[in-house]
Amino acid sequence: MPDTVATWTAPGNAVLRASLDALPGVDEAGVHARVAALATRSVKTSAKARAIDLAVRMVDLTTLEGADTPGKVRALAAKALRPDASAPDVPPVAAVCVYPDLVPVAVRALRGSTVGVASVATSFPAGRAPLEARLADTRAAVASGATEIDMVIDRGAFLTGDYRKVYDEIVAVREVCARSDGEPAHLKVILETGELAGHDDVRRASWLAMHAGADFIKTSTGKVSPAATPDVTLVMLQAVRDFRAATGRQVGVKPAGGIRTTKDALRNLVLVEETVGADWLDPRFFRLGASSLLNDLLMQRAKLTTGTYSGPDHYSAD
Amino acid sequence: MSDHTTAQDAVPGRLPVPKTYKLYVGGAFPRSESGRSIPVTAPDGRHLAHAALASRKDARDAVVAARAAFAPWAARTAFNRGQILYRIAEMMEGRRDHFAGAVVDALGVPRPRAEEAVDAAVDRWIHYAGWTDKVAQVLGGANPVSGPFDNASAPEPTGVVAVFAPQDAPLLGLVSVLAPVIATGNTAVVVASESAPLPAVVLAEALATSDLPSGVVNILTGRTADVAPALAAHEDVDALDLTGAGALAADLERAAATTLTRVLRPGPRPDWWALPGLGRITPFLETKTVWQSVGR
Repeated sequence: MPDTVATWTAPGNAVLRASLDALPGVDEAGVHARVAALATRSVKTSAKARAIDLAVRMVDLTTLEGADTPGKVRALAAKALRPDASAPDVPPVAAVCVYPDLVPVAVRALRGSTVGVASVATSFPAGRAPLEARLADTRAAVASGATEIDMVIDRGAFLTGDYRKVYDEIVAVREVCARSDGEPAHLKVILETGELAGHDDVRRASWLAMHAGADFIKTSTGKVSPAATPDVTLVMLQAVRDFRAATGRQVGVKPAGGIRTTKDALRNLVLVEETVGADWLDPRFFRLGASSLLNDLLMQRAKLTTGTYSGPDHYSAD
Repeated sequence: MSDHTTAQDAVPGRLPVPKTYKLYVGGAFPRSESGRSIPVTAPDGRHLAHAALASRKDARDAVVAARAAFAPWAARTAFNRGQILYRIAEMMEGRRDHFAGAVVDALGVPRPRAEEAVDAAVDRWIHYAGWTDKVAQVLGGANPVSGPFDNASAPEPTGVVAVFAPQDAPLLGLVSVLAPVIATGNTAVVVASESAPLPAVVLAEALATSDLPSGVVNILTGRTADVAPALAAHEDVDALDLTGAGALAADLERAAATTLTRVLRPGPRPDWWALPGLGRITPFLETKTVWQSVGR
């Protein structure tokens, strides 16, 4: 990576643009071929069992619907704590991800557990609200006890080349994630790659978000298609790898949206292992944003332990 | 016409275009997930083609497709299901020669006998198309109860049925076990005859063009013993028709018991040419009974 990108501090937009545009372009065909080659990797028996449990521990169990109710969030929290009622050895998931107004419900349901409460904020999913409103949204979620904040970037500003605005807003959100009484809420920055113009943009947005202080970079809101394609995830993994090499800080990656099957999840884990290595094979640095994925993981796990394929009738619909 | 034929014959060395016989899962024709295939021979030992060799994973994919198709298929009106079954008969009728050829190849019977089998198979779809909107009247009804209640029972489809098609009647036998299962709103995962799978693949081509929603019928070819245990023990399979399971039947029934799956045992050698009656409809129905208080 160019030194200018690795060492900047609070630069102006011209410098930002020059630095980000100086990032090498993504070899799209190469990325695609790499993903396709890794997708053929086969993970079986005991390795598969361990991978499934790891994937369960990485899940951000998500409900982001207009029709969400406190009851639904409590049910989701119960499932997060003990994903399979008939198999107590299944580990809890990483976090429950809800809208800001439902954070208090989730916090109450998950108190005393290892499961985090993630809240989307900053006028998710579009982010088209005045900055003050977006910051107020974030403050409310943090004050209610959210341990993780999933913010969206201003894609409009990014696409018009106003990187400075995007950068400043991430910094501003990061400031309101701070808590006087303890750990700041972890900041995940959603790039919404489905709305960016190609892989080069994904690479630039990743570096921009990491420089602005993101703890995680996240592919998508789940409201736009395409969401987390393996190609985009690979580009982002390369970005966090190079960023650590340049700055020493390790940033996490969270693909979200469109990951529905165990096979998808395992392919993601293979991508992580082969791109950034085992340092990232940990819920602190890699998450899977999903809702329906968990049931498929549980069904595959049941197949491994009982020898028979299970059916969706045996798992709660969330 | 003859000119045309001559013209074609004159083209030197035209290469034949043989068909790839694939699986039928979720309305698509995929190759086996395993990438394997199995040679199919005629009774006289002549090589016919390669058929896809389905794996356990293909069986699982087929169950997923059948499960997804079940609720909407069961929710169709009985009349509409009847129309679609009739449409399957129409599509088979239009491919009569194709089917007859497949039966001749598969069984080594004379052409007229194969044509009779095709006719009987077409008629079998018509037969069950007629049953779709009559099953409820024949098998359901009002029950007399000693109390101020209306009490009525109605048959409902069981769900996803794994059908082991007969080994020795690859078309007529297949249609005779498949049609009654889907007529009442079940969806099916069919394991085609192991020795003669090609007519089943030709049938899949007719099904795919006959308004039958994707996933209602899924057809697997290959070795029955490869996929049967996975299907029998699968928790999301609600019933098994073991007609063509042969020596595997007892083991499969035992595996099915662990996941509370209904089983239709293979009976004494069935006569596929006879009129079938209700014997293959009722095993794949559940009875729903509703109590309703009367008076004020």
